[in-house]
Amino acid sequence: MSARRESGVAASPDAPAVPLGGSGRRRAAIGAAWIAFGAALIVFPVVFSNPTVTTIGVFTLVYMTSATAWNGFAGFSGYVPLGHAVFFGVGGYTLALVALHLNMAGGYAMFALVPLGGIAAAVIAVPFGLIALRTRRHTFVVITIAVFFIVQLLAFNLGFTQGSSGVQIPTPLWTAATFNDRFYYAALIVLALAVLVVWGIRRSRFGLQLLAIRDDEDRARGLGVKVQRVKLVGFVLSGVTVGMAGGIYAFFVGQIYPQFAFDPLFDVTVALMAFFGGLGTISGPLLGALLLEPIQQYLTLQYSVGSLYLIIYGALFLVVILAMPRGVIPTAGEYLQMRRARRVERADGRSPAATPSVEVAPLGRASR
Amino acid sequence: MSAHLEVEGVSKAFGGLRALSLCSLSVEKGSIAGLIGPNGSGKTTLFNVITGYVRPDAGTVTLGGTPITSARPDEVFALGLGRTFQLTRIFARLTVLENMLVATQRKEGWLRSVARPAASSAEQRRAIELLDFVGLTRLASAKAGTLSYGQRKLLELAYVLVADPSVILLDEPAGGVNPTLINEIRERILALNSEGKTFLVVEHNMEFVMGLCHTVTVMHQGSAIVTGTPDAVRSDPRVLDAYLGGGEEQDDDIAVG
Repeated sequence: MSARRESGVAASPDAPAVPLGGSGRRRAAIGAAWIAFGAALIVFPVVFSNPTVTTIGVFTLVYMTSATAWNGFAGFSGYVPLGHAVFFGVGGYTLALVALHLNMAGGYAMFALVPLGGIAAAVIAVPFGLIALRTRRHTFVVITIAVFFIVQLLAFNLGFTQGSSGVQIPTPLWTAATFNDRFYYAALIVLALAVLVVWGIRRSRFGLQLLAIRDDEDRARGLGVKVQRVKLVGFVLSGVTVGMAGGIYAFFVGQIYPQFAFDPLFDVTVALMAFFGGLGTISGPLLGALLLEPIQQYLTLQYSVGSLYLIIYGALFLVVILAMPRGVIPTAGEYLQMRRARRVERADGRSPAATPSVEVAPLGRASR
Repeated sequence: MSAHLEVEGVSKAFGGLRALSLCSLSVEKGSIAGLIGPNGSGKTTLFNVITGYVRPDAGTVTLGGTPITSARPDEVFALGLGRTFQLTRIFARLTVLENMLVATQRKEGWLRSVARPAASSAEQRRAIELLDFVGLTRLASAKAGTLSYGQRKLLELAYVLVADPSVILLDEPAGGVNPTLINEIRERILALNSEGKTFLVVEHNMEFVMGLCHTVTVMHQGSAIVTGTPDAVRSDPRVLDAYLGGGEEQDDDIAVG
């Protein structure tokens, strides 16, 4: 992870303009780091089979997925939504209610309902996006929060959601020793999907248009970018992925209530994870969730005070904003790049930045 | 020669302020037309109306016979009308090359745009060619935010060219730019014009406008008051009035003073 180079998305304007040497080797190193990271996630439940640990593992994967999907919209477009808990809850409720009405027994078939949660989230995301994306900046943030509270209120009061008594989800009859593992791997598949989608967006023309909107939406319109369509597609794709994460979460927890499915702290948490790791990078939100979610789970389990983590989060947020406002990954990447530049400088006895280069970095590769 | 860009009787009010009132203007195909006038005379608002950023209260805009009065900015650009902004607007956190590629036009659905890479090799080649044309190739992989003000002006001109527009509106291309670069910008405009591109240029630098443009239109209080060759406009008494005074009263003041 630490080998990831500075992100093109969140990089500062004063970053060195000329690509420095060894980009092929660096790319190979980055690829190897990703493969090692994926392999570590795959073997994790085999090595740490303690149910407490794998439980934390499942929650962590769910949040890694959510943070990645949230960042796939917020980090690229510059719009900061704080109502993604709507999609998380809708995904969870879809799984719970469909299972209830079909009288499903807990089992593998339940996982088939996870994509259905994503589709339900998309159905909600379209009108949600059409309304919210007409506004910008602070207004957009406020509208997403408002929609979130409306949906939470509906979950409390609509008949079919069974109000505050919630919905029980059938528990699978799997052996206790490997019970968590199946959820873990299902969550890992959804996470892989989320990362693939965000990675694909970053290299695509659509992703370039999102980034253009982040930098100057009106200018992008004037260059032929259909901004409303691009923003809506980004919003919906992000919502679908969060909806699927919500489905896995609900199935794993085994029951669903309005206040947990539609939790106002969900968006704060996910946003903090993305900011912490690096907004607009691919590895940033993964790193953020990987560090923060286990801390939260550990504190909750260890001291059985559910809100202790909020104090830690608050303190952490202040540290991040003060020390590295662009997040860990971009800051670390820049540091590495600076060190490399200094090394080259020492070897050559001249400044590498002074050497003009006509080398053109391949799109979407050099900058992630 | 025929009118390629035609503005007829356009009015626009912002609250109580009449930014444009019955403004008409036509730009011949293949010409370089200048648009001058005192600050606040409605030049930029007219640009915003033509390019779809502002919808006029009345009047029509046509481009090569196609009405574009109620078209959105992205549609106007796709129809072959590009513009630059008075204060340059580039995508600061994208590279210079990525800036160019944002302007690449493709007819494709959203699903394809998500699935396909940001640029084909042909689109990249074209972008590099245009960067060559404005002399920015060396900076292709630099973040656009690191460019100087003049370089940003050149980049803005270059990415407008990506879509191969037939008409280009330039809002103060020479504003705040050093004399050498002004010359460079002038040469680029002349080169593009000789390829058949039509220009409409807003500019306060009189020397630049009078030397470059075939016709000049003067705007005053939201309307086009005079159109003619640079020489004719220069000696028109109404133009002097527009720049020196506001109306009759001030004229008297000047006469008395």
